Formats: sequence, structure tokens, C-alpha cells
Amino acid sequence: MASAEHTKQGFMLSKKHKAGLLNFLSAQGILVFFLICMFAFSLTSEQFLSQSNIMTVVRQASIIGIIAVGVTVVIIGGNLDLSVGSMLSFSTVLVVDLHDKIGPVGAILVMFALTLMLGALNGLLVGFMRLNSLIVTLAMLSAIQGLVLIYSGGQNVDIANQSDTWFGVFGQGYLLGIAVPIIIFSLLAIIVQVVMSFTGYGRRIFAIGGNPVAAVYSGIRKNWCVFSTYMISAFCVACAALVLGARVMGSQNNVGQGYELLVLAGIILGGTSLLGGAGSIWKTVIGVLILGFIQNGLLLMGYPYYTQWLVTWVIIILAVWLDLANKRKRLLTRHS
Amino acid sequence: MIDIKRFMSGSAFIQPIWVFVVAITIFFSIMSDYFLSVGNLTNILVQTSTIGLIALGMTYVMINGNIDLSVGATLGLAASLSVGLQDYGITVAVLAAIATGVALGALNGLLVWKTGVNAFIVTLGAMIGVRGLIFVYTEEQSFYASNFAFSDFGASTIGPIPVLAIIFLLCTLAMHLVLKKTGHGRNTFAVGGNPEAAMDAGIRIGRNMMINFMIVGFFAALAGVLLATQMGASTPNLGRDYELWTITAVVLGGTKLTGGYGSIMGTLGGVLAIGVLRNGMNMMQVPAFYVLVILGVILIAVLIIDQQINLKSFKGVQA
Repeated sequence: MASAEHTKQGFMLSKKHKAGLLNFLSAQGILVFFLICMFAFSLTSEQFLSQSNIMTVVRQASIIGIIAVGVTVVIIGGNLDLSVGSMLSFSTVLVVDLHDKIGPVGAILVMFALTLMLGALNGLLVGFMRLNSLIVTLAMLSAIQGLVLIYSGGQNVDIANQSDTWFGVFGQGYLLGIAVPIIIFSLLAIIVQVVMSFTGYGRRIFAIGGNPVAAVYSGIRKNWCVFSTYMISAFCVACAALVLGARVMGSQNNVGQGYELLVLAGIILGGTSLLGGAGSIWKTVIGVLILGFIQNGLLLMGYPYYTQWLVTWVIIILAVWLDLANKRKRLLTRHS
Repeated sequence: MIDIKRFMSGSAFIQPIWVFVVAITIFFSIMSDYFLSVGNLTNILVQTSTIGLIALGMTYVMINGNIDLSVGATLGLAASLSVGLQDYGITVAVLAAIATGVALGALNGLLVWKTGVNAFIVTLGAMIGVRGLIFVYTEEQSFYASNFAFSDFGASTIGPIPVLAIIFLLCTLAMHLVLKKTGHGRNTFAVGGNPEAAMDAGIRIGRNMMINFMIVGFFAALAGVLLATQMGASTPNLGRDYELWTITAVVLGGTKLTGGYGSIMGTLGGVLAIGVLRNGMNMMQVPAFYVLVILGVILIAVLIIDQQINLKSFKGVQA
């Protein structure tokens, strides 16, 4: 009797174990999908998996990636940030324009300060005044784009003497054989991931995203937490502007237009819920990289660049759908 | 006679945004000699009709508690189809363009209904993907209308009033009546206000949402066709950022993103606020950049006012 019990338990255990593996695979569906994509592309094109190609893709994806790291924190906190695209235009134009006027160090400092002020304004309106984040950042998107145009007078800006400055190192330089944008991207991602996973601050952000009422009752200062997420987002945008400005050594005044939605696409693809309270930075990194590799893979296979948009459409909806179905354990909901 | 409280909370026939519209209209009339003329006022209606038509459908979707980010791309696709298919005759081209818009709306609605994926995500995907469809169809080319009857329509008038303005006003009236007087309109409010109660009351939530997505798809396509008649051409990038303008107009009009609340009259006010502001600033020779900043500020101001009014009726922990 006892042994029967024992074997039953053992059987259950192994079954649980198996289910655990399946659960793990389905929970990490996006990672599996990523590997399948990489495999499929590497079959069709030899260059795809070459080190130089991978480095190129990661480098291209790093600007969206850097912004996505910050926006992920905002989204985990239960808000949205649509103003990052305009903010990127603002910061890039500012740093490039000021470079010739007050030198690279001054330009970078002023750019970071002003970008953080925009983030603080977002944070003030959403965190302290409790306004709807979607509309506030939508309004900021429009207002900041206007500010950029007023500042630049509708002109594009560039750095006059491009060979005489060390500014380009942020976009074009290499450190130990790795491109600087990739280093900035990785460093930011790792630092923010560690902060979100292992510090009390990170847990508080998850708490207010998951259940704001409970979080406030448990003594979390929600206002400050939300405020800080927008500051992180603005800081990441400033870093991205540094990379973008230094790579091009110039800037159009609408350079960041549409970035907010590409960033969101990457985040959603990674599996971070727009409802807040769940998600992680490394998922976002994978989401952004998938977008980058799909673009690159399709181009290497000879398709025009816009086919990636169609593929992105299908993948985003499938990814979120399967993720939901996995949580709900059935594919179609009953909305009647 | 006028109940101030009802008015400020937006549940009266006229919404607070109309105060702003009237105020800036008076302001620009004083500041510019050319602003207050029949020619210019109808011109404003024509200029706003593109965003206005989409905003009518968007109001329904947002009262439902959903959102549609794909309208700009749908507009672009419809415009390209209506110009590109003219070899088969204008009627066929226009019908095909509008049918495509409705079909894309149906697809969005079906996905929201059947998969339970958030409308924001579904339509964000569609926004990117439909733009891809435009590029696949046009192969990155701009199209020019060879048939002049097409572009003549965009410039035609009945009496002193442009046809496009009449179409816009008629659609506004029709959508207002549907929202206020029909079962579909009441269901739309019910679904947005409390989906579970609506389901318990026997309303078919999914079907209601899908119909509203088809409505916004229809209006986006119609706006695309009319915009193409105005220009006599279409470009693959047509309609970029229109989703943001449309949402701005609808929110200015007092429709809530959380659903269950909103009106067509408010949306008309929001659309006119944007149109009058743009036009009037042009008349005063202020660079167009400032309009962007002012609109952003107004949008936030509307939010704050709205919040202050609703705060009084709200008790309990604020989160």
C-alpha cells in the first residue's frame, strides 16, 4: 500500500516535472520563437549568422532598445509613454545643435538636463496630478514636436567639423572590439534589469503596476514611484539621443517620429503586459532584437524592407494571443 | 435654464469644448480680417473633414472602451486604392477602397472579439502591417488620378458650400442620431460602461465591438477617398500620425478613454477646435509649429478640468 502510494507520488512527480518543462517552454515562448527565427534565417542565408552581421543588427536595434528599456519600466508601473519619439527628436536636435555652440561636454550636459526636465513634467502630470498617462504623453508628443520645430526653426542641424571632435565615439566608436552603442544598450539593460529584480525599488514599481490600491495601502509612495519611472524613461531617451546624434553627426527635426510605436511593438512582442505589474527588461531586449533580426533576415533574403511590417503585424498579434491563451489555457475567449 | 453642472460634466447636449471653439472663433475674428467669411469657414470644414470623419467612428470605438490606432494606415490604403484602381472605373475604385476599410475594421474587431487581445495591441499591429500593405500595393509609388471627374468632385460645391463639408456634416448628424436613438448606440454605451453587466443584460459584446470597428474602418476609408479627391493623388505615407490627431480630437470632445462616456457633438467640437486653431493661427501668420504646442497644452488642460469636476464625486483611496 505504502509502496503504491510511493510510486503514485513518484509518477506524479515525474509528470509534474514534464509539465514543468512544457510550462517553461510555453512561458518562454518568445525565446523559443526567437531561436526558431534565427535558425530559419540562417538556413536561407549564410551571412545571417556571421559575427559581423549579428553585430550590425544589434547595433541598429540599440537605439530602439535603449528607449525600450526605459519605457518598459514605465509600463511595468502601469502607465504608458508615447512621448519618447518626440523627446528623441528634441534631445538629438539639441545635442547636435549645441555641440558647435558650447562644445560637446556642455551640449551633453544641457541635453541630459532638459530631457530629464521633460521626463519630470510627464512624471508630474501622471504621477502627482494623476492624469491619464496615454493622453498626457500623447499631448506631450505633440507639444515636444512643436518645441523641436520652434527651436530649430524647421531647419535640420548638423555638426560642422566632424573630424575634429570626439563626440562621434558614442555612435561610431568601438571599445574592446564592441560597438559603443551596443555597450551602452547592454549596460543600461543589465543595470535596469538588476534594479527591477533585486531591489526594493523594483518591487515597488511592480506593486503599483499590479495593484495600485493595494500598493498605496501598503505604504508605497505611488506618486514618487510613477514620477521616477518617467525620469528613467527620459534618461534612456537622452542616452539614445546621444547615440543617434553621434552616429549621424546631424539630425532631422523629426528624426524620432514613430519611434514611440516601434518601441511599444518591441515591448509587446517581448511579452510585457500593457496593463502593468508584469514584464521584464530581458524580455523587451529579446522583443527588440526579434524585430531587428526579422528586418535584417528579410532583407538578406531579398525582400523589400516593407515586408517586415507585414511580418511584424502577424507576429505581434500571434505572440500576444498565444501568451494570453497560455495563461487562460484556451485559444478563443467567450465574449459572445 | 442651462444646468451648469450638467454642462461642465459634459452630459449636456453641448460640451465644454464648445466654449473654447466659440472663444477662439471670436478671438480670430477680431485678430484677422479674413477669418470670419463664408469662404474661410467652409474651408475650415473641408480641412477638418478628414480628421472629423475618422473621429466620428473613433468616438464609437472609444465609447466601447477600445481604441483604433490603425486608422491612419487604413486611410492611406483606401486613398491609394481609390486612385490606383481607376482603370476599372471610379465607382469600382471607390467601392473597393471603402470595402477594404470595412474589411480591415472587421479584422481588427474580430481579433479583439475572438482572441481577447487588447484593442491597443491589435490595432498597433494593424497600424504597422497595413502601412506595409500600402507599400506592397503601391511599390512605394505615388499615384495620380488620370480621371479628372475624381479630382473635380473634391473641389465641387453645392451653392456656396463645398460637397466635402456637406458630406462631413451629414455623416455627423447620422452618427449622432445612431448613437442617441438606436439600440446599437445604447449597446455601445453599455458595453463600454460595464462589459459584464452588458453581457448579463444579453448584449452581444463582441458583435457590438466588431460593428464599431467596421464603422471606424468605413469612415477612415471614406476620409482617405475624399482626401485623395482633394489632392487628385495619393502617396504611400498619406495618413501618418492621423491616428494621434483623431484621438486628440475625440478626447478634447470629452469622450473618455475608459469607455462608456462620450458624444458625437463633443467630438465635432474637438475637431472644430483643432481646425479653427490651425486655420486661425495661419491667418495670423503664426508658424504651424506653435499649433502643436498649444494643442498639447489644451489637451492636458482639458484632462485637468475634467479631473477636477469628477474628483468631487469620488471618495475612497486614490490610486
